[in-house]
Amino acid sequence: MAEQNLAQALTGALDHVLSTDPGTIVLGEDVGLTGGVFRVTDGLQAKHGPERVIDTPVAESGIVGAAFGMAIAGLRPIAEIQFLGFAYPAFDQVVSHISRIRNRSRHRFTAPLVIRIPYGAGIGAAEHHSESTEALFTHTPGLKVVIPATPADAAGLLLTAVADPDPVIFLEPIRSYRRLRGEVGDPPEPVAFGEAVLRQRGSDVTIISYGAMVPDVLEAAAQLGHTGTQADVIDLRTLVPLDIEAVLESVARTGRAVIVQEGHRTCGFAAELAASIQENALYLLEAPVARVTGWDTVVPLRRAEHHYVPSIGRIVAAVESTMRGV
Amino acid sequence: MLEILRPDGSIVGEPPFSMDETKRLYGAMVSARTYDTKGTALQKQGRLATYASFEGQEAAQVGAIATLRHDDWLVATYRDAAAMWMQGYPWVNLFLGRTGDERGGSPPVGVNVLPPSITVGAHMIHAVGLGWAEAHQGRDRIAMTLFGDGATSEGDFHEAMNFAGVFGAPVVFLCQNNHYAISTPRHRQTASETIAQKADAYGIPGVQVDGNDLFAVATAAQEAVARARDGSGPTLIEAVTFRVGPHTTADDPSRYRDVSEETEWRGLDPIDRVQRYLESLGEWTPEWNDQLAESAAKEIEAAIAEAEAFDPLGPSEIFEAMFETPTPQLERQRSLLVGEPDG
Repeated sequence: MAEQNLAQALTGALDHVLSTDPGTIVLGEDVGLTGGVFRVTDGLQAKHGPERVIDTPVAESGIVGAAFGMAIAGLRPIAEIQFLGFAYPAFDQVVSHISRIRNRSRHRFTAPLVIRIPYGAGIGAAEHHSESTEALFTHTPGLKVVIPATPADAAGLLLTAVADPDPVIFLEPIRSYRRLRGEVGDPPEPVAFGEAVLRQRGSDVTIISYGAMVPDVLEAAAQLGHTGTQADVIDLRTLVPLDIEAVLESVARTGRAVIVQEGHRTCGFAAELAASIQENALYLLEAPVARVTGWDTVVPLRRAEHHYVPSIGRIVAAVESTMRGV
Repeated sequence: MLEILRPDGSIVGEPPFSMDETKRLYGAMVSARTYDTKGTALQKQGRLATYASFEGQEAAQVGAIATLRHDDWLVATYRDAAAMWMQGYPWVNLFLGRTGDERGGSPPVGVNVLPPSITVGAHMIHAVGLGWAEAHQGRDRIAMTLFGDGATSEGDFHEAMNFAGVFGAPVVFLCQNNHYAISTPRHRQTASETIAQKADAYGIPGVQVDGNDLFAVATAAQEAVARARDGSGPTLIEAVTFRVGPHTTADDPSRYRDVSEETEWRGLDPIDRVQRYLESLGEWTPEWNDQLAESAAKEIEAAIAEAEAFDPLGPSEIFEAMFETPTPQLERQRSLLVGEPDG
């Protein structure tokens, strides 16, 4: 085991799959010579060669569409899009073809590929660099959607994503790349899809989150602990497939649920969770299910971004309100 | 523009095929025309969903595919049934797909033909990925992709051509310029004089051929396929042809073009000119033609019967091919639909 930040954990996982599976290739803009805008592919081209770690033209639809063909022809492509806000040109390939080929051909052709995309706010970059639109993908049938929160999960989920027989959208929390450090196995331990993890155990309230919000949720939960409110903190890890059982099991114990997501509020993933909780556990609830989310605004630029991203204060306030039953 | 077989059946230059092969391909075009005529008729009877006729484009499709190896990849569209069938995609799958059944998209193992692309343009880059992956794995399979003049206006045409050029992917781009994208004429798609000339911008060869000329299409395709197979990279072929029918059975061409245009192009029919060529060499007789037509009709009727014998997918089955293994969410939804207790 070695202590690594989240970006290093991903680099290690990519190195591992490139070393152990000759069918894997990495492709994207600037992934080779410079190691990617966040250096996640740093050193991989030098080690595995330009035929397997491929710098492409600036063309997201081309990258993802080519990866689709490669996957059908037997490779395991791992495509990188530089930011979630730059993925939209590739969206047609994802929605119209990648997510559908298995069904369109009734299993005859499949697209086992991974699309890695950094997402979320927090680095003060230009417009389009702060998106949390994971719900666009969770709303699309035929995609698995993975959002790790910790270095070990980032590495472990990436191994599982590469081995998965279906297309995986792999969203990486930008602001956790270097902020979070943790023990990561060498090689990393695979992490199964559809298994949420309890990051903190408590009996008063269930806080459900994923990805970049998890560290802030844990900080909020620590503050709440000092004032006597003990929270179960669930990190979903994969949104599709969803471990709703873990959520319901916890809510059955606590009777209260607060969902924290960075994405826009309307039709965000929190809305799906809230609906599932009330469908299955309404009579166990002591308070309405609460949502702490980004707003239905464009993510504000750097100077006003803090108004958008759920703050620890907003999370704490939502939990306190839920504890009062309102 | 490359021309070998003139409309009157005379020849300029060398035919790319032996007489036996020419006769086989003539038969294939007769089969394709039979399928196409039947497709339109069945749609009018309500037995197929919307049908897109390729009448007039048989030489472009049959001639190009005749140059492929049986295991090469083909990525084509809803108007390319002749090409797909030539590359091994069974008529029954083509009919089944048009009845509105996903199982039409599942050709037998060993047939490297993707289900037809319904969206315009996005599929060309798939051929680039397929060919690229074959080369990466040390195989010499190539990929061919078919598209129309309208698709060249899509951004994905640019990305596909550009990727193929940069990476030297073993791909043949075959544009069937059939002059109309639904109602929009070719000159409103691009200000380029030809579609073939667009290849120049990507640093790859581009060639324009008479798309109703079986020999011209095949000659250009042979060269493009050879280049792709020996690692020399992609080629763009523009086959100039004409969609003599409507865009689909839901379309009325009289709203946007003069019927004289169709009449003129019917005079340039790709099957008729091979017939004239064969006849001039004493290789075509009405009896032989009748045999071909009869055998094609039988084959097509059998495929229709086989396709129509499929029961529709059941409520449970619509959940079965979203993933290799359905997620728990899909299993719960399946239970809701089939009325079982919610798992």
